[in-house]
Amino acid sequence: MSTDVSSPPASSAVIDAVPLRHPWRWVAAIVILILLGLFLYGAATNEAYGWSTFGKYILDERIVSGVWITIQLTVLSMILAIVLAVILAVMRLSPNPVFRSVSWVYLWIFRGTPVFVQLVFWGLFPTIYKNIQLGVPFGPTFFEMNIQSLSNYFLLAIIGLGLNEAAYLAEIIRAGISSVPEGQSEASTALGMSWLLTMRRTVLPQAMRVIIPPTGNEFIGQLKTTSLAVAVPFTLDLFGRQRDIASVIFQPVPLLLVAAAWYLLITSILMVGQFYLERYFSRGVSRKLTTKQLQALAEAQTFGEVGKA
Amino acid sequence: MTAVSDVTPPMVKAEGVCKNFGALKVLKGVTLEIGRGQVLVLVGPSGSGKSTFLRCINHLEQVNGGRLYVDGELIGYRERGDKLYEMPPREAAKQRREIGMVFQHFNLFPHRNALANIIEAPMQVKGVKKAAAIERAKDLLEQVGLSDKATAYPAQLSGGQQQRVAIARALAMNPKLMLFDEPTSALDPELVGEVLGVMKKLASEGMTMVVVTHEMGFAREVADQLVFMDAGVIIERGKPRELLSNPQHERTKAFLSKVM
Repeated sequence: MSTDVSSPPASSAVIDAVPLRHPWRWVAAIVILILLGLFLYGAATNEAYGWSTFGKYILDERIVSGVWITIQLTVLSMILAIVLAVILAVMRLSPNPVFRSVSWVYLWIFRGTPVFVQLVFWGLFPTIYKNIQLGVPFGPTFFEMNIQSLSNYFLLAIIGLGLNEAAYLAEIIRAGISSVPEGQSEASTALGMSWLLTMRRTVLPQAMRVIIPPTGNEFIGQLKTTSLAVAVPFTLDLFGRQRDIASVIFQPVPLLLVAAAWYLLITSILMVGQFYLERYFSRGVSRKLTTKQLQALAEAQTFGEVGKA
Repeated sequence: MTAVSDVTPPMVKAEGVCKNFGALKVLKGVTLEIGRGQVLVLVGPSGSGKSTFLRCINHLEQVNGGRLYVDGELIGYRERGDKLYEMPPREAAKQRREIGMVFQHFNLFPHRNALANIIEAPMQVKGVKKAAAIERAKDLLEQVGLSDKATAYPAQLSGGQQQRVAIARALAMNPKLMLFDEPTSALDPELVGEVLGVMKKLASEGMTMVVVTHEMGFAREVADQLVFMDAGVIIERGKPRELLSNPQHERTKAFLSKVM
């Protein structure tokens, strides 16, 4: 009844099989490459694309500063949006009915009106409100500020873009929070954690896994929505600069290509960042071991075998 | 000695506890007492209200009728004169700190490794310093036989190992009472033993425990008191040996004949 474990029988030798072939994948890839080549050749030889103009303006000082402004608009408005959205989502899910209603009304207004209209409104904000006074209504005033004198379109564009985006992000965050199993908050409650602590330490970190991919999407969307800042009117961003130059030299197509190339480049960089964020927040999700853990286990295994021999 | 223990209240005292969800009455007047260091095992068919009663003890569910005391303190309400006031969440959280709970599905935090799961509540809720929390957590991991799993994430542990980490997590708050809600029901049969082993050790060290379970062997061996519940009321109670070998009530007999 003694089975010899240490020397395996011949049938358990390592398999050396012919891998499965996929000829149709090759055919499809070749067809696509041919079509792509034809398109590129057509684009390169078509004068309407104005490649020499493209080359002249792609690194133009105004365009590069526009790129920088666009990045600033995107990042700052997204920071504002994320902070607001977390507050809105937590309010929406809180047991307090006042918080829930406030959050609902915010979402209703900011999702229900076009962002272009909102941006025009923010541009007019200093004209509509002129002064900000802080004090008792119909009583004394403690603080007064003339906002007409400091109408800063860059700031107004950030506020307009951020407040609108917050409404969409709040829904994403709410979905993420709802995706965390109830047992998680129950366990936290049973350990004596308060509602807020449970949200911050247990629920939100787990919700991140669900929140990050669509938020990356929103980030990229926001990058392109900054081109609407022209409604404020703010025109120092990439799209505004490109339009200004194009209208002077009467060549819209190459300058649109310049803007498109820059948007594509920034988007690509954002996608890399998203990959690393997703990997960080998915820790503990899979039973799969990391390369490091597998290595350690394999070493322990060989060590065991050597020890036996 | 005996004089002192006569004055101290029982660890858990339930007087006609009722709980309903809307029109559905789940608990219809449960009265029982659990002394310090005692182990009470609750058995009964599913839907009998035993888990709900357990969840009432640490106020995960709010009691609708009767009174429930833990260590002499009314749970979930403040009593002033003859009026009851709902307890603010902060005070309820304070009461829960002293009551550990172990769930059927473990409910470990999947984004934290075993050690981080254990130190989470002591650090965040009680403000224990990190070094002290880690030291205590390592002790607890050793107690449940998982010293080598401190850095493993829950998804990399077997069910039995996860439940033992969950027990260590609850113990890290130094509770005076431990609640177990079907702690072995979600486990493979071969893993049940390791969890029950940890629970037996805990009982022998004098922890007061309320256990909802279908493990009659555990009940016979460890319980001081066995309570059979059905349809929201206690049908029968007594020493486990007597109740298991000689049930008086028809419903108890029918239930026991199915599970044993």
